[in-house]
Amino acid sequence: MAGLSREAAIVGIGATEFSKESGRSELQLSVEAVLAALADCGLTPADVDGLTTFTMDTSSEIAVARELGVPELRFFSRINYGGGAACATVQQAAMAVATGVADVVVCYRGFNERSGSRFGQVSVAAATQVNTNGLDNAWTYPMGLGTPAATVAMQARRYMHEYGATSEDFGRVAVADRRHAVTNPNAFFFERPITLEDHQASRMIADPLHLLDCCQESDGAVALVVVSAERAKDLPQRPAYVAAAAQGSGKDQFVMTSYYRDDIGIPEMGVVGRELWRQSGLRPDDMPVAILYDHFTPYVLMQLEELGFCGRGEAPGFVADGAIEIGGRLPVNTHGGQLGEAYIHGMNGIAEGVRQLRGTSVNPVDGAEHVLVTAGTGVPTSGLVLSV
Amino acid sequence: MSAGGAAAIRPMVGRDSAFFWEGTAAGELRIQKCNGCGSLRFPPGPSCPACHSFDQTYVVAAGTGTVFSYVVHRHPPVPGKELPIVIALIDLDEGVRMVGEVADVAADEIEIGMRLRVGFSRIDDDLTLPTWRKA
Repeated sequence: MAGLSREAAIVGIGATEFSKESGRSELQLSVEAVLAALADCGLTPADVDGLTTFTMDTSSEIAVARELGVPELRFFSRINYGGGAACATVQQAAMAVATGVADVVVCYRGFNERSGSRFGQVSVAAATQVNTNGLDNAWTYPMGLGTPAATVAMQARRYMHEYGATSEDFGRVAVADRRHAVTNPNAFFFERPITLEDHQASRMIADPLHLLDCCQESDGAVALVVVSAERAKDLPQRPAYVAAAAQGSGKDQFVMTSYYRDDIGIPEMGVVGRELWRQSGLRPDDMPVAILYDHFTPYVLMQLEELGFCGRGEAPGFVADGAIEIGGRLPVNTHGGQLGEAYIHGMNGIAEGVRQLRGTSVNPVDGAEHVLVTAGTGVPTSGLVLSV
Repeated sequence: MSAGGAAAIRPMVGRDSAFFWEGTAAGELRIQKCNGCGSLRFPPGPSCPACHSFDQTYVVAAGTGTVFSYVVHRHPPVPGKELPIVIALIDLDEGVRMVGEVADVAADEIEIGMRLRVGFSRIDDDLTLPTWRKA
């Protein structure tokens, strides 16, 4: 297939521990994760000539390069729109190594998102940023709509109204994530499953979202090493080939508040999905496992629809009867997701996708040759299909 | 639950949106209108996505609309607000949609389809917010 498909691979993954208080700087977390990812694939900082991260990351590419002793960088880039950047960092890296612009690109994201600046709180900084995003937020924050949970709740309430979805349907995502975290020693909720009754009994945060519909706040970092498919053959780990890598933004797009278009929803994920299937030549039915960005449970249901796993409004039926749990027809978030493992802005989900292809997941899906991974929802976003 | 007296979050205001906030101060809910093609638009911007005209004016809305969706925000605290906050996404009768705080409608009373009417809450000399009540 022409283009980007299978021209690059993720060959190394690394992470810090995931915690509520790391006790060290965000820069140190990112550097630790990058070193771990390089060690995972037998490379060193001297091999690195590209770095890419999120616009939101507080550690610049040059700061990370300095700490690592990387002599020169030939490629560096940042992706905007919060967690929507996650899979796009790999897309940037894949394009760079596929075109020869760089040879070894590391994608990283590190933060003290629980012990430092908490994303679950109202961000005055987001409302007062001097750019068009700040101007956009003038239409919501002063009216009292100022947390990620509340902005998603507005979408969730409409989805329930249109399709008859219930809070229990959202809760099935939380139950699946927490079940998968039970066997993951790196998960904050290791060995702590929940029931649907626990979900329903958890306190309301922003109706209709309960506490257990919301992801964790976490400290930690994840890094991913991307090289060309040709170079990947010489490295020790089984490559996770980038079969497709896509970004998406929809009509009349905003950040978390795309409320002004007729069908509010998340059509930007439909843009990503169509491009992933086009690039890879694969279909939803070819995916034995998926890592779907789960900062809030309703968006997992809406993603299943936008990505073509089921029709519009059919996700509540799709997720019933354990279908998205291990052993079901599409196990989702086998590491425990951001509700169960940790919230590292989607980057820990990409690492889990790689582990599924290597056969090293704590909840391995037998014979997984492909995995779908998505990035943040409600924002301009991105996705990957990774293949053996 | 009180926000502890923290100051309300103020809107960022630019050249393309100043007319809206001048309107709330004057007791008017203003909607951008394109002089090129007549399209109404919210939120406003400098160019018309339909005809690309930069010639923009506004009309004053009737101030009535219908709840398209809503949120009852209970946690965490929001600066300058008492919790819970009822916030609605409102389809104005003119055909545009906006987010607004709903006063005097209980958390268990708000529903999609409810008719609302706008009022204006003066925060201080520089800021007046539109606030919606049951029509």
